[in-house]
Amino acid sequence: MKKMLESLREASRRAIEEAVDMDALEALRVRYLGKKGELTAILKQMGKLSAEERPVIGQLANEIRSELESGIESRKSALAAKLQEAKLRAETLDVTMPGKEISLGKKHVINTVLDEVVDIFIGMGFSIVDGPEIELSNYDFDRLNIPENHTVREWTDTFYITGDEKVHLRCQTSPVQVRVMESTRPPIRILSPGRVYRKDEIDATHSPMFHQIEGLVIDKGITMGDLKGTLNTLMKKLYGPDTVTRFRPHHFPFTEPSCEMDVQCFECHGKGCRVCKGEGWIELLGAGMVHPRVLEMSGIDPTVYSGFAFGVGLERLVMRRFQISDMRLLYENDTRFLSQF
Amino acid sequence: MKLSREWLGEYTTIGAPDKEYCDAMTMSGSKVEGWEVTGSGIERVVVGRVVSMERHTNSDHMWVCRIDVGGERELQIVTGAQNVSAGDLVPVALDGSTLPGGKEIHTGKLRGELSEGMLCSLGELGLEQRDFPYAIEDGIFVLEEDCVPGDDIRAVCGLNDSVVEFEITNNRPDCLSVRGLARESACTFRTPLTLAEPTVRGGHGDIHEKLSVEIKDAELCPRYTARMVKNIKIAPSPKWMRRRLRASGVRPINNIVDITNYVMLEYGQPMHAFDYACLHNGKIIVRRAGEGESLRTLDGNDHALAPGMLVIADPEGPVALAGVMGGANSEITDETTTIVFESANFLGHSIRKTAIALGMRTDASGRFEKGLDPLGTVPAVDRACELVELLGAGEVLDGTIDVLAKAPETTFIELDEGRINALLGTDMPREFMTDTLTALGFELNGNTLTVPSWRGDCTMLADIAEECARFWGYDKIEATDIRGAATQGGYSEKTLFMQKLGTACRAMGYTEVMTYSFVSPSSLDRIKVPAGSPLRDNYRILNPLGEDTSVMRTTALPSMLGVLSTNLNRRNMEARLYEMATVYRKQPGKALADERTALTLGAYGGGTDFFALKGAVETLLRAARTPDVRFTADTETAAFHPGRCAAVWSGDTRLGTLGQIHPDVCAAYGLDGATYCAELDGVLLHDLEGAEPAYTPLPRFPAITRDIAVVCDAAVPVGELTDCIRKAERNVLRGVKLFDVYTGAGIPEGKKSVAFSLTLRSDDGTLTDDHAEEAVRAVLDALRESFGAVIR
Repeated sequence: MKKMLESLREASRRAIEEAVDMDALEALRVRYLGKKGELTAILKQMGKLSAEERPVIGQLANEIRSELESGIESRKSALAAKLQEAKLRAETLDVTMPGKEISLGKKHVINTVLDEVVDIFIGMGFSIVDGPEIELSNYDFDRLNIPENHTVREWTDTFYITGDEKVHLRCQTSPVQVRVMESTRPPIRILSPGRVYRKDEIDATHSPMFHQIEGLVIDKGITMGDLKGTLNTLMKKLYGPDTVTRFRPHHFPFTEPSCEMDVQCFECHGKGCRVCKGEGWIELLGAGMVHPRVLEMSGIDPTVYSGFAFGVGLERLVMRRFQISDMRLLYENDTRFLSQF
Repeated sequence: MKLSREWLGEYTTIGAPDKEYCDAMTMSGSKVEGWEVTGSGIERVVVGRVVSMERHTNSDHMWVCRIDVGGERELQIVTGAQNVSAGDLVPVALDGSTLPGGKEIHTGKLRGELSEGMLCSLGELGLEQRDFPYAIEDGIFVLEEDCVPGDDIRAVCGLNDSVVEFEITNNRPDCLSVRGLARESACTFRTPLTLAEPTVRGGHGDIHEKLSVEIKDAELCPRYTARMVKNIKIAPSPKWMRRRLRASGVRPINNIVDITNYVMLEYGQPMHAFDYACLHNGKIIVRRAGEGESLRTLDGNDHALAPGMLVIADPEGPVALAGVMGGANSEITDETTTIVFESANFLGHSIRKTAIALGMRTDASGRFEKGLDPLGTVPAVDRACELVELLGAGEVLDGTIDVLAKAPETTFIELDEGRINALLGTDMPREFMTDTLTALGFELNGNTLTVPSWRGDCTMLADIAEECARFWGYDKIEATDIRGAATQGGYSEKTLFMQKLGTACRAMGYTEVMTYSFVSPSSLDRIKVPAGSPLRDNYRILNPLGEDTSVMRTTALPSMLGVLSTNLNRRNMEARLYEMATVYRKQPGKALADERTALTLGAYGGGTDFFALKGAVETLLRAARTPDVRFTADTETAAFHPGRCAAVWSGDTRLGTLGQIHPDVCAAYGLDGATYCAELDGVLLHDLEGAEPAYTPLPRFPAITRDIAVVCDAAVPVGELTDCIRKAERNVLRGVKLFDVYTGAGIPEGKKSVAFSLTLRSDDGTLTDDHAEEAVRAVLDALRESFGAVIR
């Protein structure tokens, strides 16, 4: 009987190894372990054995049974793995074929750059405010210390809404300064982006409507050094840490001292090239210390408070940033242009 | 303002090379636009002497010349010019030379004869006859200068000067002069400045016996100064003067005109010369023009003068437009023997208004309108007379007529170096400040600064801070972090809300556009806005660039249609676009507009249809947390297809409109396919934004779905059926979803089958079939009662 068991062990082991699929394995399980299976049949003859032999053979039979069971199981999982492998192989895709297109809407490139600038200033504690585009001359001119005879007031320069010249399309974001100053006590740190209007014919570098970003800081002890520091931070964050700036004297009616800020030409690093028209520098914005009269007119005592203000043309930043040579592209809204950014 | 460095050298000696000079001037506030060396296009052109000339054997008009150019051998040069003779000194372009405009000259053969260069005309050297009045225009430039063969022609013609072009800001009319820029240059480079005062010999009679001046309007003409010259000899002015004028961009004319221009450039004070013979009674009256007066100016144009314009007149009438241009009736001519030099101070504002009104802005008016030094009139007129004597152009009368109608006020400012340093963030020594200010012409007594008369721009300490800072160097001001109290930065709530809507649009595949705020008035016709609509009550620009940009938009729909049209024209086959567009509405009783943000969506192609757009609007409104949203059919808004347009509501508030654009409107914009747009009022959306939602527990029990299909009149809107279903079952009905609308076989004419999927769930336990059936029955009952809808 022991011999029978051993030969069954041998035969079953081989049969299991040779089983090619799940069905064959199941057949083997039935053949050996089923109610009418071979092992069961052998075990039924246990009664014929002597008392000494019975435990020995019983143990052997149990060993073989668990061997069979685990053999079938492991063969099963091996077969399953093989089956899955074959299935996966059959499912192979050409991964170089293109993905399904998902169209993601894009932000207008002007707003992309604006949001960057705004984030930089929010980080420095600036609040974002806005003001009317159809504006009173009182705010856009008079209270900014722009003299009666300044050219910006001419009908060739500014779009007028009323014949008495009291209402026009603001030609700068600076009137927001006045509106903030008359309603807020220092400390003031505001940034005001928005649309402005000047009577320029549309061409590659001019547009009758464009965007400015106005900044205003007023507190005790604000210096021109603070102005330089703030604008340097903007430039380094916007154009990279190696950006070089220069501040040179200029004139604006609403600031004193006034300056213009240039950045060193990215192309030639100051040597002079076609991009910077040989100057080595690119003019980027105007700024200065808020004129004492402007403070006074808005009820802020210039002997106690000082401040700085600046105004940046947003289109210029955008065009510089993405090497866009024609401003008209920004307002044509051709989707082939818009989708590039 | 163009500055000749050679001329500058008369006042201060600055050795810096051009680039260094220009950079330093830019950094001290006189922005340099560029510079050039005159004659810089000319290379290897020298003086040559014509030794001999022979007829060219193969030409009836050419000459073969032997030319001495100061070298070891004579050159052979062929010329077609007929005005050259042996012995003449002429400009010779040598082999390998270049001329202005980049023209290169090489040795070659002309009809078989060797020609080792070219003899040059004035034009070929970039000059004109006015520069060298003795030369002829159409021939070789036969030199009458003090020169010898081999001399560089640039030096001979005064073409080796550096000319620097400055951008002078409006507040510094004093820098529109050589003397003003010399002062700035000397202060920048800390070099000594020599400003000679003019001296006039005179001695040819007394001006007061010949001329009188009366100012009738002291406000517009605070000062009028005049001198006279007799026995005028009109002639070309000398080479040095012509050269300096030319370098400054002024064409030489004759000695008297050149002197007035020269003094204007040198002193910044515009001058005018009258023919004394044309001034009736020898009297000059400065007054406002009267009704109906007119004047023909020097340029030959007739002008009707408006009352109020300042004129220079004699007792008979106007002889000049003050500060703008002289009159033809008192012009200097070849017959002129006696002249009056005018050097006056006019009110800038008035000059500017006159110049603009008559459309003739001149160099003089441009200077006057910036406000000139009232003390500058006398030195300038003296300088003109000094030059007359220097040039031998006439005999100067003794005396000056100087009517000071309104004395200028002197400005005093207390120097406070502590406050200056505090404003700048510097530690500039007081000594630097006083040195700088003194160099600029300020006088210091104790702490009190006297502002020089030509610096009308300096009125307070902040101005003095700028004067000090620009010579100290803006680059030396240390960049610092903002001092003072820390502030909390951030966006306004409205901006944050709009950004949220923008994000939602982009997530749905809509791309942002940006359009002009002004549109054509006809755009409202194109979208069929009816007469009397509040949308037609728009702000008009009184002086627009053109009709197309002449009114401020009250709706952003035309802007969006324009963009869609542009894209379709450029064969972009699909588009899904949005804009956060500002619109400008009038407010009763207010001067300023109600500036509102309109959110527009626009789409065509790519499978967009009415329901795709509506889905986008619905998603947006969910993102905006708009409460109680509903849509009703809108057959009124004429821009849209009358059967495919919905009004968008939140409760009883109309938020906007969406739909397919009317074919007529499409045609007006050249849109030939189906086009869809929506316009929503962003301000209302913001106002109505619902509260931030609190957490709702996730359902603990499963939901079951039941599909129902009912047949009802085809005219019943699905929206009403849905509302009815929602109202019919409020306990367990969690969702109603339309999944089919069917007409056709099996459905009677005039009816439709509408199928909904109902989601049912209880929060108290798993819903039983009985409960579900009960709910469905309630729904079906309500549909039958309300619409006669029967289960299919």
